[in-house]
Amino acid sequence: MSILDSKIPEGPLADKWTKHKNEINLVNPANKRLIDVIIVGTGLAGGSAAATLAELGYNVKAFCFQDSPRRAHSIAAQGGINAAKNYQGDGDSTYRLFYDTVKGGDYRSREANVYRLAEVSTNIIDQCVAQGVPFAREYGGLLDNRSFGGVLVSRTFYAKGQTGQQLLLGAYAAMNRQIGRGKIKMYTRHEMLDVVIVDGKARGIIARNLVTGEIERHSAHAVVLGTGGYGNAFYLSTYAMGSNVTAAWKAHKRGAFFANPCYTQIHPTCIPVSGDHQSKLTLMSESLRNDGRIWVPKHKKDVEAIRNGSLKPTDIAEEDRDYYLERRYPAFGNLVPRDVASRAAKERCDAGYGVNKTGEAVYLDFASAIERYGKEQAYVKGLDVNDKKVVTELGKKVVENKYGNLFQMYEKIVDQNPYETPMMIYPAVHYTMGGLWVDYNLMTTVPGLYAIGEANFSDHGANRLGASALMQGLADGYFVLPYTIGDYLAHDIRTGTIPTDTKEFDEAEQNVRETISKLINNKGSKSVDYFHKRLGKIMWNKCGMARNEKELKEAIKEIAELREEFYKDVFIPGTENEYNEELAKAGRVADFLELGELFAKDALERNESAGGHFREEYQTESGEALRVKEYQYVSAWEYKGQPSEAIHHKEPLEYENIEVKERSYK
Amino acid sequence: MMNLTLKIWRQKDANDKGKIVDYPVSGISPDMSFLEMLDVLNQELIEKGEEPVAFDHDCREGICGTCSLYINGRAHGPQTKITACQLHMRSFKDGDTIYIEPWRAKAFPVIKDLIVDRSSFDRIQQAGGFISVNTSGNTQDANAIPIEKEHADKAFDAATCIGCGACVASCKNSSAMLFVSAKVSQFALLPQGRVEATDRVLNMVKQMDEEGFGNCTNTGACEVECPKGISLENIARMNREYLAASLKG
Repeated sequence: MSILDSKIPEGPLADKWTKHKNEINLVNPANKRLIDVIIVGTGLAGGSAAATLAELGYNVKAFCFQDSPRRAHSIAAQGGINAAKNYQGDGDSTYRLFYDTVKGGDYRSREANVYRLAEVSTNIIDQCVAQGVPFAREYGGLLDNRSFGGVLVSRTFYAKGQTGQQLLLGAYAAMNRQIGRGKIKMYTRHEMLDVVIVDGKARGIIARNLVTGEIERHSAHAVVLGTGGYGNAFYLSTYAMGSNVTAAWKAHKRGAFFANPCYTQIHPTCIPVSGDHQSKLTLMSESLRNDGRIWVPKHKKDVEAIRNGSLKPTDIAEEDRDYYLERRYPAFGNLVPRDVASRAAKERCDAGYGVNKTGEAVYLDFASAIERYGKEQAYVKGLDVNDKKVVTELGKKVVENKYGNLFQMYEKIVDQNPYETPMMIYPAVHYTMGGLWVDYNLMTTVPGLYAIGEANFSDHGANRLGASALMQGLADGYFVLPYTIGDYLAHDIRTGTIPTDTKEFDEAEQNVRETISKLINNKGSKSVDYFHKRLGKIMWNKCGMARNEKELKEAIKEIAELREEFYKDVFIPGTENEYNEELAKAGRVADFLELGELFAKDALERNESAGGHFREEYQTESGEALRVKEYQYVSAWEYKGQPSEAIHHKEPLEYENIEVKERSYK
Repeated sequence: MMNLTLKIWRQKDANDKGKIVDYPVSGISPDMSFLEMLDVLNQELIEKGEEPVAFDHDCREGICGTCSLYINGRAHGPQTKITACQLHMRSFKDGDTIYIEPWRAKAFPVIKDLIVDRSSFDRIQQAGGFISVNTSGNTQDANAIPIEKEHADKAFDAATCIGCGACVASCKNSSAMLFVSAKVSQFALLPQGRVEATDRVLNMVKQMDEEGFGNCTNTGACEVECPKGISLENIARMNREYLAASLKG
């Protein structure tokens, strides 16, 4: 029997959430005023939770390391947000969204959580429209939809290429309303550096003011982490420069189990690496795969000619191109899920068909979309559909309308015009499905400590479908946590304010001060980035798109050695009592150096391929991921001093409403 | 590869007077972004045991609005419709001298070097930049009110503001009218936002004035330098909204 109690309510799948809401404890409005909640992170999950809890009447303290809550990295999400509205009448339903998500996650997510997510998805769209989020609309004034990978319906709502920013500004506006009313106290440019546990419960945090360097104590009756994912362990990723694992990792060290750390999403359509100076990678939205076709040349001689500049991609005839996704996956074509598309790109590039100098790029081509749209427009306008010039011009306009800002972004970075020549893309680290283990109530293994959004592990299994991250962040923050946290806080109505002058706060603060002092006084010779880049190389080469036993074992050893070297030889200029970005970075990289090892250990333990976790030893004859039935569980790791000593716990996954099948997109 | 001379504003903290300091950098590739060029400089400074140049940055893909560099006298540098993090070194040539300063405005005090405090923008939004609906999910169906595509598109265009503050930095009066009008316009153009339109514009403008931003004299520098191309039309719309609200209120 597992020690992990997922607390999934009894009863039929479709009734679980309603039944649970009816049965859990509530806190009366007068008592909510007596209860404090700390929320760390102000992205879609943290921001929406802060606003909602404050509206309900709790006293909220919210923290972010950015200079404003509006800048959390949810803002960079481009393509859209899923919801089972079935506005298109194309057969969508709560069940189908649930089914697609479980299958997309390669049968490694929890049924009850995913069903609830699908169930509340429709409320999100209603809520956001009421808040004034300017979603794209059709000429009739109703909301428009598009398709994302791994599904056969159009259920994605969007605001051009910046859906994330618009949804975040909605949550930020809702927060602002509560900040203005004094119900949220906002701490910007603050970083959480420890959780304080009193009598086994999370009762506060230690935070550092990034401007002054002051160490602060903050108490509350519950602590919520909406602190995002840990993809920056790879150094190069589509994450923001500041995105980090520190809050989640400190929670892990205080007793929160870390689930499935090896489940990482590598997004197929990012701008390829251009050189060693590179600090981050830029995503090109999955929505582009609605209209873009992915290919490489069929013949090696053409690849050579492209690399040495004697041939342009537009010179290659249709029959000499290999549209490998359409070839391998005729049913889903260019819209296969991300893990499948990424691996297929790697397979072609490893075979020597990569189209740039580094050999790590494939084409994403809009020529046929431009022609198709152009002909449609020419027909509507009564122009000659055989006039290539007219058709191309009209088609470009349609494509510009849909993806203009993405095309512009590409051109600024690569200095090539994607209307004229196909884009070059390659997979990059984008999202982490793993995270802190939570039960159905989104509580971690530490009572009173919650994890929401990307920071938890619960909904996406081994692979997340496009446009589902925004959905989960807002579902957790607006519609799930505000109910479930009440069940816990109902026991705290008579507790009173948690004092911060206790031995538990003393100990936690001391712990933070010692860590900082150790780093800042280290007389090393190498910068923080030097170590971060080296960690990134190990992660990408040995824990990336394809993994194997030998290299994972090497990675574990190399990361542990690198961590030792870091503490011996890192140098941080300046002092701890001022704005010091290097010091903040050092603390984050120190945590990545521990997480990275646990990541590799988790990948090594999982002797199967599932979603984003691809073990070379476990693949079908055609190179697809091969799941192994006995690994149908969540791995949850308990901290015991060093990552190598972490204890492995299992939460078995049961599928009662969905048949576990081979995941096929053919 | 390029060699450049950087003239960078260094200021220890809010109380320090600050000054321009010269730094030579070499081996800069045209494929680097402007911030990656600064990374190169900072790594060199750290290796020499010196303090790196502090500058704000986060997403490095032009959407979070954190980066805020005044480059050769222009907010976000010589190109239009991009942020400093999207600016690439191919916009410069070997031997160039580049001045790098923080946003300059009374309402944006310097924190350190090139970092300024833009919390005044947050406070303006807190004064009214929202629609007062609770996040219960018990609102009406999202398609219950059709919205004319033209209005929805214009509201979206206004909503693309990333809150970077380039408009303020570019304005000779340090006016925040483009920023405030973008938010006012987004809501004014949507039926959901009309309900509170009167109070919203009055409260946001009042807060804007209290923060110490200057007035608008219609020179239009803000529109030219805005990385998201927010249109001056929004300022005109806000003025109409403000006038109507003042007469009503």
